[in-house]
Amino acid sequence: MNWWVPIFVIVPLGGAFLTAIIGSFSQAFGRYFTSFLLALVTAFALYIMFTPIGTMVYRVGGHELFDTIPIAIYMVMDGLSLYLLVIINLIGFLSAFYSISYIKSFTSENYYYTLFFLMVAGMNGVVLSGDIFNLYVFLELAAIASYALVAFGIDKEELEASFKYQVLGGISSLLILLSIGLLYWSTSTLNIADISGIIRQNGSPEFIKFVSVILLTGFGLKAAMIPFHAWLPDAHSSAPSPISSMLSGVLIKAIGAYVILRLFFNMFAITYDISLVITIIGTLSMVVGVLLAIGQWDIKRLLAYHSISQMGYVVLGVGIGMLVIAQNGPRTVAAFAIGGGLYHLFNHAVFKGLLFLNAGAVEHSTGIRDMKRLGGLASKMPVTTSTSLSASMSISGIPPFNGFFSKLIIIMAAIQAHYFVLAILAVFVSIITLASFLKVQRFTFFNKEEEKWNLKGIYVKEVPFSMCFSMIFLAVLCLVLSVLVVPSVRDIVLTPAVNALLDSTVYSTTVLGY
Amino acid sequence: MTIIVQKVTQMMCGIIFLYGIYIIVHGHLTPGGGFAGGTIIAGSFILLVIAFGSEFLTLKKEETGSSLLESGAILVFLAIAAAGLLIGGVGIFFVNFLPKGTVGSLISAGIIPLFNIAIGIEVAAALLTIFLALLIYKEEST
Amino acid sequence: MTIYLLCIALFLVGLYGVVAKRNLIKMVIGIAIMEYSINLFLILIGYVKGGTAPILSADGAQRIFVDPLPQAMVLTAIVIGLATTALLLAIAIRLYKKYNTFDIREIKKLKG
Repeated sequence: MNWWVPIFVIVPLGGAFLTAIIGSFSQAFGRYFTSFLLALVTAFALYIMFTPIGTMVYRVGGHELFDTIPIAIYMVMDGLSLYLLVIINLIGFLSAFYSISYIKSFTSENYYYTLFFLMVAGMNGVVLSGDIFNLYVFLELAAIASYALVAFGIDKEELEASFKYQVLGGISSLLILLSIGLLYWSTSTLNIADISGIIRQNGSPEFIKFVSVILLTGFGLKAAMIPFHAWLPDAHSSAPSPISSMLSGVLIKAIGAYVILRLFFNMFAITYDISLVITIIGTLSMVVGVLLAIGQWDIKRLLAYHSISQMGYVVLGVGIGMLVIAQNGPRTVAAFAIGGGLYHLFNHAVFKGLLFLNAGAVEHSTGIRDMKRLGGLASKMPVTTSTSLSASMSISGIPPFNGFFSKLIIIMAAIQAHYFVLAILAVFVSIITLASFLKVQRFTFFNKEEEKWNLKGIYVKEVPFSMCFSMIFLAVLCLVLSVLVVPSVRDIVLTPAVNALLDSTVYSTTVLGY
Repeated sequence: MTIIVQKVTQMMCGIIFLYGIYIIVHGHLTPGGGFAGGTIIAGSFILLVIAFGSEFLTLKKEETGSSLLESGAILVFLAIAAAGLLIGGVGIFFVNFLPKGTVGSLISAGIIPLFNIAIGIEVAAALLTIFLALLIYKEEST
Repeated sequence: MTIYLLCIALFLVGLYGVVAKRNLIKMVIGIAIMEYSINLFLILIGYVKGGTAPILSADGAQRIFVDPLPQAMVLTAIVIGLATTALLLAIAIRLYKKYNTFDIREIKKLKG
């Protein structure tokens, strides 16, 4: 059963190059093949999640432990990896299905699907890798594919945004490589479980702090935390819309937030200083993101700034859990906080993906992205309006949508851990998010100006079937995901992920076997 | 390019190509391997294009060919690696399933020489595709 | 210890090139210099006093070898650097065709 683990990397890689070969003869092959293959991988991931298997450890190459030193390359699928695999492949499948009609108007369509497969393969590899240098290789694969995808339709704005993204992303990748080199220098091994064991026995605290700060800078830039957020508004607003939803929905989570969680919980020991820094970064992202967002008049730029704010919620929840563990507080409070953060991760992928797909649908029909010039679309585009309403209520935290439950859990955990200032800030940010999305809904869909479209000569109608299908699926998922609070479903989906982070030393004993 | 450059290139490009193949095939015995040898082979082709120039349409045909060759080489690499999953007995990705001979002879070390050859072809085709793509873009937009 | 500090100094030279220069191509060269400095740092980590190249010979004589793992890491990092530089240059060429200049002070259509 262990051989199921590399399938998640082999299938998208093979699909990418198969699309490149066959796509140069027939352009339509890549369209349907991508959605089909990603649907199969998502179904496989869901099947593994609902059968009780536990942690799967796979040694690539089959080399056994040599005198208790791990010499093979390890791939580990535990609760947290499986949770993220489901998110990545689900949003990937829906974005690929949406781009069947959206990308038809671009040239060289088969290269788009090749790069899309490579991005999904890279993200799957990051989530599954148990070896720190393998994680860097897959991270670069996903990042370089995303640089090329942001510049895909070759307008002036997309090229400038892609160049800015590439320079900042390149610097952060080099900082990550520097920190990998420093870790190898002090521990002379590359396996995450082995490094954690050696650091626990004889690591010097100053050196660990030095490497932690460089790692936090590098991965904080990939996860778009304040003050490393400067590339995100340009890159996410100028990309084609299915790529925006992939970037904002899964890329900043899989190569940003997931790696921070994995390395700071399971590799380094949790100390008070680093937890304080992570919580402060999360709070700053939350507040500054929403304050920068409320003044925007371009739909996609506003959504990109809100991504920064919602990722701040996730890091805040996890940071509170880290602080409670570092101060030897009650374990239930820490589990509550980390569970809230991870639940918000899934919710954000779903509703932010849906919001970007809606913005793409509006742009596809009317060609305008400035909210001051839009209005009155509710009667002409009913599917887009209703799904956008569902996503806006979800992000603002209105019951019974899923955003309400995850924000409630984070605020309650902050109150239980006696951080009242953070709880008040979280409520304040949620109110401003609600105001911001009321503005989006009014100016885009519900202004009573239907006749202005006939005057301008633009014929506005509903978007084609494949785009509607993805949007309706995600909107239904917004309601269905609130069922994750029910204890029986939560024990299958969320609790293995939380336990993988909470018992920090269980990771190394499971992987190495001693 | 002048006649001196063209004559020297005519004589040397075959030797450079053969040197690249030597570095690839002896990758498990001497330093080098797939990537370095592939770069040398790409260098010999790029030298030909720089010294002699080319018609625009021939370049487009070359670029399609090298792009297909690159994707084909990676699929061969993935197929050899995934064949380890199907070999009976132990189903492990990337396992070394061919017999390993004596240390130091050319045909030894299992599947590593096959990997070197696949990577060499892939890297050469990829570098040639990048060069031809940039050249075609410059030609068609002046 | 001075060798490692010189590698970090080379990294800072590259960072200066990215931050302070106005030409797009000079920024690309700055990123390339940073990447070479990190590769150099990785190889210097694996040095063992009195070691030789880590190649097994046919007669199996045991000698002191330098660490081969950073050399494998650097091979991979060189390939990744090639991909990064190629993509940066492709975008830079297309930017030149659209804006007719390499100066980044002219290319500021996205702000706010």
